[in-house]
Amino acid sequence: MESVHQYKVDKEPQETLAMDPMKFILWLFLVSIIMLFASQTSAYLVRRAEGNWLEFEMPKIFWYSTVVLLLSSIAMQWAYFSAKKDQFKQLKIAISITFVLGLVFLAMQFEGWKQLVSMNVYFVGNPSGSFFYVFTGLHGFHIISGLIVLFFSWMAAFRLNVHAKNLRKIQICVTYWHFLDILWLYLFVFLLTFN
Amino acid sequence: MSAIEGLETAHHHHEVEHEHHHEEQNFWQKYIFCEDHKVIAKQYLITGILWAVIGISMSVIFRIQLGLPDSNLSWLKPVLGGWISDSGKLDPNFYLALVTMHGTIMVFFVLTAGLSGTFSNFLIPLQIGARDMASGFMNMLSYWFFFLASVIMFVSLFLQAGPAAGGWVIYPPLSALPQAHPGSGMGMTLWLVSMALFIVSQLLGGINYITTVINLRTRGMSFDRLPLTIWSFLITAVLGLISFPVLLSSVLLLIFDRHFGTSFYLSDIYINGEALPNVGGSPILFQHLFWFLGHPEVYIVLLPGLGITSEVIATNARKPIFGYRAMIASMLGIAFLAFIVWAHHMFVTGMNPFLGSVFMFLTLIIAVPSAVKGFNYITTLWKGNIVFTPGMLFSIGLVSLFVSGGLTGIILGNSALDIQLHDTYFVVAHFHLVMGAASAFGLFAGVYHWFPKMFGRMMNTTLGQIHFWFTFVGIYLIFIPMHYVGIAGFPRRYYQFTSYDFTHKFMDMNMFISVAAIFSFLAQFIFLWNFFYSIFKGKRAPQNPWRSNTLEWTAPIVPGHGNWDGEIPAVYRWSYDYSKPGAKEDFIPQNIPYSQTLESNLPHENELISTEKVIESQNFNDQFKSSH
Repeated sequence: MESVHQYKVDKEPQETLAMDPMKFILWLFLVSIIMLFASQTSAYLVRRAEGNWLEFEMPKIFWYSTVVLLLSSIAMQWAYFSAKKDQFKQLKIAISITFVLGLVFLAMQFEGWKQLVSMNVYFVGNPSGSFFYVFTGLHGFHIISGLIVLFFSWMAAFRLNVHAKNLRKIQICVTYWHFLDILWLYLFVFLLTFN
Repeated sequence: MSAIEGLETAHHHHEVEHEHHHEEQNFWQKYIFCEDHKVIAKQYLITGILWAVIGISMSVIFRIQLGLPDSNLSWLKPVLGGWISDSGKLDPNFYLALVTMHGTIMVFFVLTAGLSGTFSNFLIPLQIGARDMASGFMNMLSYWFFFLASVIMFVSLFLQAGPAAGGWVIYPPLSALPQAHPGSGMGMTLWLVSMALFIVSQLLGGINYITTVINLRTRGMSFDRLPLTIWSFLITAVLGLISFPVLLSSVLLLIFDRHFGTSFYLSDIYINGEALPNVGGSPILFQHLFWFLGHPEVYIVLLPGLGITSEVIATNARKPIFGYRAMIASMLGIAFLAFIVWAHHMFVTGMNPFLGSVFMFLTLIIAVPSAVKGFNYITTLWKGNIVFTPGMLFSIGLVSLFVSGGLTGIILGNSALDIQLHDTYFVVAHFHLVMGAASAFGLFAGVYHWFPKMFGRMMNTTLGQIHFWFTFVGIYLIFIPMHYVGIAGFPRRYYQFTSYDFTHKFMDMNMFISVAAIFSFLAQFIFLWNFFYSIFKGKRAPQNPWRSNTLEWTAPIVPGHGNWDGEIPAVYRWSYDYSKPGAKEDFIPQNIPYSQTLESNLPHENELISTEKVIESQNFNDQFKSSH
């Protein structure tokens, strides 16, 4: 990893099409996640078209958690801009806010599950409810992985290892976090539309 | 390392960071948790060969059961124990497990991991001119996830209730309900865990292959100079990246159904007169998800074989590959079509006939790019100075199997004909020829051709040729009669055919197939002996044994970690300059500039001489900055 990074910093003419391999790997990884959720949502549509489908109203808390995740994305972007300008104090605040909002989002999703249970929509039962739990659960699982990536950036930020000349770690983190945000927006709108 | 000293000018100050590359590696770093792509490739190859022995042995056991139903199998008791009854009969439940595990092992563990894992890992860095994969660590992880998946699958073979037995396609409800079959309990659980790990392994590997091909090519190695092997590995990896997550998806929902009681795939099922609580699921949904992976998987298995064949045929026919761009375009076309034909596996699921006709139309279009490939191989061979090395024989054999197996694909792709042929031995014969045997021939061709580069020694040519002829004849003797049995209506996965009137007159044909299968199985031991003997005692390999153009033959005979001792060679031409008119030799390697071959240059190539300075001045794209 280090050697590739050193390569970036060199002031040399760039070889044709030599993107940072680590970032390229991240994008391919995102493609596989997209395919995972694309298959899940299309399975949802195929199954829904067959009838015998329980309809229920999405608990309001998922609206609020969406706002929380959007805010965390904004904070993440703020952290990135601060890192670019070497404003360490703001970077630390912003990246901490992102992390906390990520945790709050997870807690709210869990609260949403509880409300679903109180509405008699269970994981075990009509596939319409099961799919809802699977989508939110799988996304939550990816949010946890995002929080782990974020945690490493957060540690690096507090050790002053993230600055204008060492942005790779936070760039990867920003891309992944925004992706998880957009992924949730997709799932949210999808679940609202096809409930 | 010494050869590189003079080159380290601007890079010298980085040497401190790279010091760890120069440390002596201990046994564990060198052979076990190794990050060198060549060692990982060999790990994949050896694991794949071991799995192939297990997988093919299984097929021989159930072929004996099918073709020689009266035989006494007591001699297998030491291996199979309780699965052979006291009267020497194979247990019917274990028969189903054998069929299932044969499919799983051959498709995933041998022809996906063993083929792609070996040759993508081995050839991508060597042929594009890179020191190693983009991430050696991820590559190492990829192998060890595969190894873990292998161990779990292997352990499942020894369960008292037997391994998974619902067919390699694991359709629910058979796979979802433990009551369905002894193997649907713990055996199926281990199958699912193993496959989940396998998917992780394939994604880690595939992401690495794509990143390496796109980002780490050497100076001058533009996409239109890439050998077709690399194109095929790249396209294979993209297919895997897009389709394996979908398998993960379907497996995940199946796990929820099995262990948490959800109803994604289960509905209205009665066992012993009692209804299960599951309501509202759809087993067809599983088939859609499964075949969205399952069909591209066919090409994941086949495309590397086609890529290897392109390279081996051009080299040994001493001719440029015919239609280089058409070959790439047809591979891209096959890859694209692979994603929109999955429902042709499901024509008889009660699908809307109109939808069926759409999928039939798309399926039949695949014949076009496949035919382009077939024609291009044959026209490359046409009037070539063919050298019949074992690798070449297996490549030509692949073309033959690809064509004869592909023809029956046109029949099966018709939704009306498929009603008669679905789930018969006709299907079995079709996919074994076009996907099973053809890909296995690709694997053999690759092993024979790149063995000198892998181990620095040559395999025995005569034994290789004998191995080819026995296998080639054996494969056709198995599968041509199998088409007839299939048309006669023999269904797949039946334990025996002794109790039906219509099957009686085909019993000798069935026996013939089984004898041919045993013969072909025994022929493989020639290969095994040749392979393992030559690793240690084979003749030492020369620098470029096949007089080939690609970059791997410019590396040392046994390349170390980092592949080239000095700087990585630059590339000035495509890899198919064989028998060029006017040239001194009948091959011009990719790293020879046009300025050195004035006698054979075409007018437009003379114009390219001026660009060579630019190529030389480009940076090395050397991820290690030096060799090791």
